[in-house]
Amino acid sequence: MLLNQLIKELITKMGDDELILGHRNSEWTGLGPVMEEDIAFSSMAQDKIGHSWALYRILHEELGGEDPDQFAFMRSEKDFKCCHLTEMPIGSYDFSLMRHFLFDHAETVRYNSMLQSSFLPLQQLARKVRGELKYHTLHADAWIMQLCRAGEESYLKMQTALDNCFQLACGIFEAGPDDKQLAAENVYPGEEALYEQWIEAIYPVLVKASLNMPERKQPVYGGRYGKHTAYLQPLLNEMGEVFRLNPEATW
Amino acid sequence: MNSTITIQAVYTSLEQVMDPEIPVLNVLELGMITDVIMEEEYLLIKMIPTFAACPAVEVIKTNIRTTLEKDLQIPVKVSVDKEVQWNSNRLTAIAKEKLQNFGIAAPQKHEGDVEIDMIMHTNCPHCGSENTYLRSPFGSTLCRAIHFCKHCGMMFEQFKPLS
Repeated sequence: MLLNQLIKELITKMGDDELILGHRNSEWTGLGPVMEEDIAFSSMAQDKIGHSWALYRILHEELGGEDPDQFAFMRSEKDFKCCHLTEMPIGSYDFSLMRHFLFDHAETVRYNSMLQSSFLPLQQLARKVRGELKYHTLHADAWIMQLCRAGEESYLKMQTALDNCFQLACGIFEAGPDDKQLAAENVYPGEEALYEQWIEAIYPVLVKASLNMPERKQPVYGGRYGKHTAYLQPLLNEMGEVFRLNPEATW
Repeated sequence: MNSTITIQAVYTSLEQVMDPEIPVLNVLELGMITDVIMEEEYLLIKMIPTFAACPAVEVIKTNIRTTLEKDLQIPVKVSVDKEVQWNSNRLTAIAKEKLQNFGIAAPQKHEGDVEIDMIMHTNCPHCGSENTYLRSPFGSTLCRAIHFCKHCGMMFEQFKPLS
């Protein structure tokens, strides 16, 4: 396959992860357990949706893709390539926090791996995003540690959240059929390499928090091939509802 | 094209374009302007947002264009410069002073990478005390964090250091 087509698929799955998780994070606006967390999840939502917009803009401006808004709001469910982790409802705060911890470390290793990407627009975006992501992982690490040291009930909730999230999070790294070619062309190192770097990033935090890291037994795959949970379609309906009232409107 | 417009006039005009979220700082002080190019038909201003998801970018671009067109009476185009990434060292010394006076702690100067320690500790803009802690890395806008000063008992915001 042409390299540009492979890069398009890579950017699509990255952008879709950020758009969908950004939308999920925004569902905490007004509901956070404390004011600071309300603001934190709302800010991270804004960052994520902004990053997805930047990725869709690369598709549009560099790779002949659609207008970013059209791409975000008018696609059918099967054309989305987000992983299942991002689609899950916000659940309780421990689930959302653990998802944020696992996802933002994954995102950090992904963008770090692109600092030297042969595809210049990704390299430029990686340089921009990586400083911002520090605040996300700092936030996640601090709360994971704090809550794991806040008594038995709190600790058990965090361990349960980790157990519930881990196989889903492994699904972030569902290999693409052409990862080898993308790695050979120095676009990025491929999903398996990122998975290993991710484990290296999260393991020390989990150890400090005395959490037991589950094994990768049944990673939840399918999202990268357009197979989604029942939670995605209702989210897409809600997310695009206003846009679809008049797709030609200027905002 | 009016050939008498000087670069100085362009910069004087840019000084009037304030950041919508921090109205005491103009786009030059924020280090948002990366290039000023006199094209044949128009004046091109290249700029960069502070944060990738900054919702104020479009407003700032429009404000730059309308202010310059009004002051200089020539067509102006504003584009986002993708080759340069904003980082907090781009804030000028004057900008940092204005921020402090506005009650927002200025970002510390970094050496290319922002360490966790720098994010966690900043002096209080009100009393100058070092006895503060990071309350939340996220604040009222993407570029701000919330700290608490144990000395004067005040919550304060900081313009985040960003690499």
